[in-house]
Amino acid sequence: MAYVPLADQDQDMEMHHPHSWVEKYVWSQDHKVIAIQYGGLAVLTGIVGLVLSLLFRMQLGFPESVNFVDPNFYYQAVTMHGMIMVVYFLTALFLGGFGNYMVPLMLGARDMVFPFLNMMSVWTFLISVIILMASFFVGGGPTGAGWTLYPPQTAMAGTPGHDAGIILMLVSLIVFVVAFTMGGLNYVVTILQYRCRGMTLMRMPLTIWGIFVATVLGLFAFPALLVACIMMLFDALLGTSFFMPAVLEAGTPLDFEGGSPILFQHLFWFFGHPEVYIVALPAFGLVSDVLSVHARKNIFGYRMMVWAIIAIGGLSFIVWAHHMYVSGMNPYFGFFFATTTLIIAVPTALKVYNWLLTLWEGDIRLNAPMYFAIGFIFTFIHGGLTGLFLGNVVIDLPLSDTYFVVAHFHLVMGVSPILVLYAALYHWYPKISGRMYNEALAKVHFWLTFLGAYAIYLPMHYLGFLGVPRRYYALGNTDFIPLSAQDLNSSITIAALIVGASQILFFINIIGSLKWGKKADPNPWGAASLEWQTPDTPPVHGNWGENLPTVYRWAYDYSVPGAAEDFIPQNMPESDVATAQDAKSSQGNEE
Amino acid sequence: MGLIKTVTEKPWERKGVIGGMVPEGTFAVAAERVALTFFLVIATVIFSLFMVSYYLRMELPDWEPLSEPAQLWFNTGLLIASSVLFQWSRNIVVRGDTRNLYTSFFGAGVLAILFIVAQMVTWNHLQAGGFYLSSNPAVAFYYLLTGVHALHLIGGLWVWSKCAIRLTAGGEPEEVRLSIQLCTIYWHFLLLVWIVLFAILANT
Repeated sequence: MAYVPLADQDQDMEMHHPHSWVEKYVWSQDHKVIAIQYGGLAVLTGIVGLVLSLLFRMQLGFPESVNFVDPNFYYQAVTMHGMIMVVYFLTALFLGGFGNYMVPLMLGARDMVFPFLNMMSVWTFLISVIILMASFFVGGGPTGAGWTLYPPQTAMAGTPGHDAGIILMLVSLIVFVVAFTMGGLNYVVTILQYRCRGMTLMRMPLTIWGIFVATVLGLFAFPALLVACIMMLFDALLGTSFFMPAVLEAGTPLDFEGGSPILFQHLFWFFGHPEVYIVALPAFGLVSDVLSVHARKNIFGYRMMVWAIIAIGGLSFIVWAHHMYVSGMNPYFGFFFATTTLIIAVPTALKVYNWLLTLWEGDIRLNAPMYFAIGFIFTFIHGGLTGLFLGNVVIDLPLSDTYFVVAHFHLVMGVSPILVLYAALYHWYPKISGRMYNEALAKVHFWLTFLGAYAIYLPMHYLGFLGVPRRYYALGNTDFIPLSAQDLNSSITIAALIVGASQILFFINIIGSLKWGKKADPNPWGAASLEWQTPDTPPVHGNWGENLPTVYRWAYDYSVPGAAEDFIPQNMPESDVATAQDAKSSQGNEE
Repeated sequence: MGLIKTVTEKPWERKGVIGGMVPEGTFAVAAERVALTFFLVIATVIFSLFMVSYYLRMELPDWEPLSEPAQLWFNTGLLIASSVLFQWSRNIVVRGDTRNLYTSFFGAGVLAILFIVAQMVTWNHLQAGGFYLSSNPAVAFYYLLTGVHALHLIGGLWVWSKCAIRLTAGGEPEEVRLSIQLCTIYWHFLLLVWIVLFAILANT
């Protein structure tokens, strides 16, 4: 079929205009509504994950203070917290939420390429969440195998949820992969094929680059999870022995024979490591845009940022076994993976330097999104630095099963992406809702979250050095750990409760501002990228009114020397750019 | 426009509309074709991971090689014939012709359905011969790999059936040209996957 350029499709493009409330807000094919559905569902699921974490934190800080948190529930809560936060919350919110909202708007398209598929994606995601949540209500409860679901213990008596819980978890993940693939195909094809006139690849905002590479990673990494889940499902339901070795259960041999648990670990982490970057790369992109806009400077080293995103994406496929150093692998194997892991620090550090250099001598506006973005730089540096330790086999071996690892991955892929999420949500809230949020409340929310996160995770490093093991319901008789470690644990729990509770401020702010917020200017931050130049705020179905925009420049023309305004929108032709000279003379005329 | 050239361009230096009506870096093909290409890569990753798992699992001591039933040669023939007919119908619509379109298009689909039925018959023979999923990993992999392949073909048949409905409802061949073109690519891909799978199964 012949190719029809997007610019020629203005009149032809078939829009599925909604006819009723249900079509507009429920069975919607509009990418913005789908983005909010995706994001809202991800946030609801994330709240469940948050509450679970507070419950098991209560057990750790104040043992046996909550009477229903017994060892079984503890493991179930830890497992579900991990899986929910990584897959159903962060992945879904970054790619399903922000991916859907930003891709067409930032590229000057009317919608995704395949709106119907997009709608299918969000409903399939809902099904996967329902299946996941159903596991709380089946006999035996949800699986408590740890979010990595390592066989053989996943499917054996003694592990909570080893019968129905694990089956539902696996089915839910398979359905999630299907949902993600439908959404992901949409994002990549839209980014490649539906950019508006003049929008070359190197003019795309870094948000889009982050989402693009993360989606490609997801499309190629989630199949590993799919394959692992299918084979595990066969083992658990149909009696095959792909992963299950010959094993005794309470003294009786099970029917399994000869399977390889290590094979599962390889498959799981071949998905699991790129997954870290599926979450991190969109965050990198979003934070770059927030920093650049609020520092009134172009992003430092745009090209390097793009190369770094691509390099990190590529490298993320050859580092997976650094999660398996303790599995007893060949030392040469470990050496290889330690090397690739440390190489990833190079493009990552490059990004950090570029963020800092973007701030350097910028005309920084300390709005709430900027607080969160700068906070992210702190937590990301701290979390990233401990990664350098853990990437080395000899340092990882003693630390792997301690709280040091918990502190590392929470800072680097828990707190950091979440700070970016808040930065991005506050930053784009005026465009999404048409209202301004409450600035003071947002800043209180920032300080509680940021300082609270440090109060939680800095002490955990120290617990790790002491050798406090992670995954334990109670410490029991562990002579090498001083009793004072329990005090530290209590303080961590208190901090966690405060941080957890302070997230209510965020919801009060965004929900309250819908009603009481000041009406937002179409472009309150003076941003140059396309999504701020829509004719309506919030953008309506079809985004651009009569004509699609044309792009004349990159997304980072801030504080251009000689220009009257400190930003030039992407869709402003060179001839329309007012110079400082013009501005002066027009002022002169008025006088 | 090479990839290196694209990502080394300095976007802050170039102003104005670059690339005229079509922005640089866009592929001059239909979006559906780009989506299919991505999907084929994803499917390749899925099958590759299964095959890697197959080879890794094979090394373990409890593996007992399965001698594949000879019927698979017949099944392979069905799938090849289906692919050939699809190519034929593709050539017809690309020429803008209609003669033999129904024969080739419906023939291709029917042969693909027959292939799936034949695969299931083979499964039954294996079951009758005492080769169950749980009896040995080689057998389990046989069911798993053929099953996943059949599922992919069923997905293709879903698109084929939508296309078939449109054709029988009196739709112009023009409307289904892209569908038939893309289905043909997908069919050839699945044939290739099947041949690789068959070769691996038969040689181990």
